[in-house]
Amino acid sequence: MSASVARTDASSAPGVAAAVEARKFSFWYGEKQALFDIELSIPSNGITALIGPSGCGKSTFLRSVNRMNETLTDIRREGDMLLHGKDIYGSGVDVVDLRSRVGMVFQRSNPFPKSIYANTAYGPRINRGLRGRALDEVVEVSLRRAALWDEVKDRLGTNALGLSGGQQQRLCIARALANEPEVLLLDEPASALDPVATQRIEELLFELKSQLTIVIVTHNLQQAGRLSDRTAFFYLGRLVEVGPTDVMFTRPREERTEAYITGRFG
Amino acid sequence: MTDAAAPTRETDPLGVSPVAAAMKASLHGDRIYHVLTTAFAAAVPLLLLLIAISIGLAAWPALSLAGLSFITASEWDVAAGQFGAAPAIYGTLVSSAIALVLATPLALGVSIFLSEIAPKWLRQPVGFLVDLLAAIPSVVYGLWGIFVLIPLMRDPVGPFLRETLGLAKTPMFSGPNYGYSMLAAGVILAIMILPFISAVTREVLLAVPRSQREAALALGATRWEMIRDAVLPFARSGIIGGIILGLGRALGETMAVTMLIGNRPEISASLFAPGYTMASLIANEFSEATSDMHLSALMAVGAVLFVVTLIVNAIARWLVWRVTKGAR
Ligand SMILES: Nc1ncnc2c1ncn2[C@@H]1O[C@H](COP(=O)(O)OP(=O)(O)OP(=O)(O)O)[C@@H](O)[C@H]1O
Ligand SMILES: [Mg+2]
Repeated sequence: MSASVARTDASSAPGVAAAVEARKFSFWYGEKQALFDIELSIPSNGITALIGPSGCGKSTFLRSVNRMNETLTDIRREGDMLLHGKDIYGSGVDVVDLRSRVGMVFQRSNPFPKSIYANTAYGPRINRGLRGRALDEVVEVSLRRAALWDEVKDRLGTNALGLSGGQQQRLCIARALANEPEVLLLDEPASALDPVATQRIEELLFELKSQLTIVIVTHNLQQAGRLSDRTAFFYLGRLVEVGPTDVMFTRPREERTEAYITGRFG
Repeated sequence: MTDAAAPTRETDPLGVSPVAAAMKASLHGDRIYHVLTTAFAAAVPLLLLLIAISIGLAAWPALSLAGLSFITASEWDVAAGQFGAAPAIYGTLVSSAIALVLATPLALGVSIFLSEIAPKWLRQPVGFLVDLLAAIPSVVYGLWGIFVLIPLMRDPVGPFLRETLGLAKTPMFSGPNYGYSMLAAGVILAIMILPFISAVTREVLLAVPRSQREAALALGATRWEMIRDAVLPFARSGIIGGIILGLGRALGETMAVTMLIGNRPEISASLFAPGYTMASLIANEFSEATSDMHLSALMAVGAVLFVVTLIVNAIARWLVWRVTKGAR
């Protein structure tokens, strides 16, 4: 697992199915087209950052990977979205099962107004029917993986809304991890947090990246540079360029990428 | 007050800046506004207090004569000076309880359907029809009850409950069934409070943040699991508030209940037996109450009803306050 260093371009590793692969994927909100023919391959494990100016379709892409956009009305899509080689929009795909395999963390942390334990236990409870000791164990492991265990282990029964903003966001990550997802989608997970809390989240993602595929939307280019193995640049609903992060940040092929990264627009 | 530094830049040599003058004028306006609104706000509790005091005074002769037996005794004989309002109090509570038991699940179902499940084009019209139930006058409900509900109570409902469900042996469903009954009153009340519970519940459900729904869905919840685990718990206190507001209406409802409950001041375990409520007792006897003591007794019934309703509304307020506080 850890041998598959994600710095190599996915296209140069034939035979290995990408974790997520978009093929000519387009998306419409009503009349408005938000994504145009996206061709993007996200290799297994490692961190892929999605960057681009506001409104360019990053969230739309992310929410297409766990079919979250389907909760909206009047939407339309074309093309394919593959998860480990299987079309997630294919007939016979169970969207509930899909969402338990593809975790999502939102920009504003959204814990349930329940106990820390109940929040973390929610996924395994409804998806795997875990109870008792087995559930306790999953809760502890997940909170440890989210680097939150030591801070909350003495008050698992207290309401999650009593946690700080950064702790709440890590709880949301723990809650997603408790489902043991293959892919973790994060939509600007640290944009509402202070630098210290942000750093905690970044360290956490860095630790997790050997175990699962992480896709993170961020407006913070330093964060993308520090954290990610690959970076994809979106602009006006199109994927302009994707590649290893160091290449994208030093020698981008496209002029628009360079302009965005050097801060000339966006 | 925090931007007090800003106007100084505009202060002219004479020391009277237009900004300061304007601020002063608006402060003056503020004060008038303040005094007026305070006066209006104070008038409402004052009015409530006045009503309470006058009812209390008028009720006093009967209450002091009957003492605690007013709410415990069952004999209501004006000529003999016996004022036992227990059957009416019992009837008010039981008919309202029946109404809640029937209306709450129905209202919840309708609201969940309308806010979560129904296609968009269906929500407005069906919601409007449900709301329309609240617009039907009480006396019309009563008439409908006499001509439709009471015969139904006699025929399919009574036999269905007793024979088909085998409840004939239970005291709640035994005894003669004339149609006019506690059950008929409870059913009509249920229909009448349904739109109120449903309207509040629908609002509360729609106010559950999208982020809560998405949190559940993103973890692999089905739609039903999302409603059960994310939407309903979040809306719980608000829903309870709605139910209690409905209860408040049921407790005081007069006309339709008076027309259907049978007006017999007896406490009976059977729901098929006729009963009485505080509101119908007042409505029935008010026109023939000639003696001062009789009037005072009716006032005392009113006072008890007032207190019960007040308590119920206070609980509703508290619950709604709790949900709005919890939502932040
Ligand atoms: N629910 C919606 N209904 C209609 N249009 C939408 C909806 N959500 C997004 N859009 C539109 O789709 C386009 C892409 O939006 P999206 O949220 O994917 O952008 P984004 O890259 O995530 O932006 P940001 O960085 O501001 O979060 C925007 O033009 C936006 O206005
Ligand atoms: Mg976005």
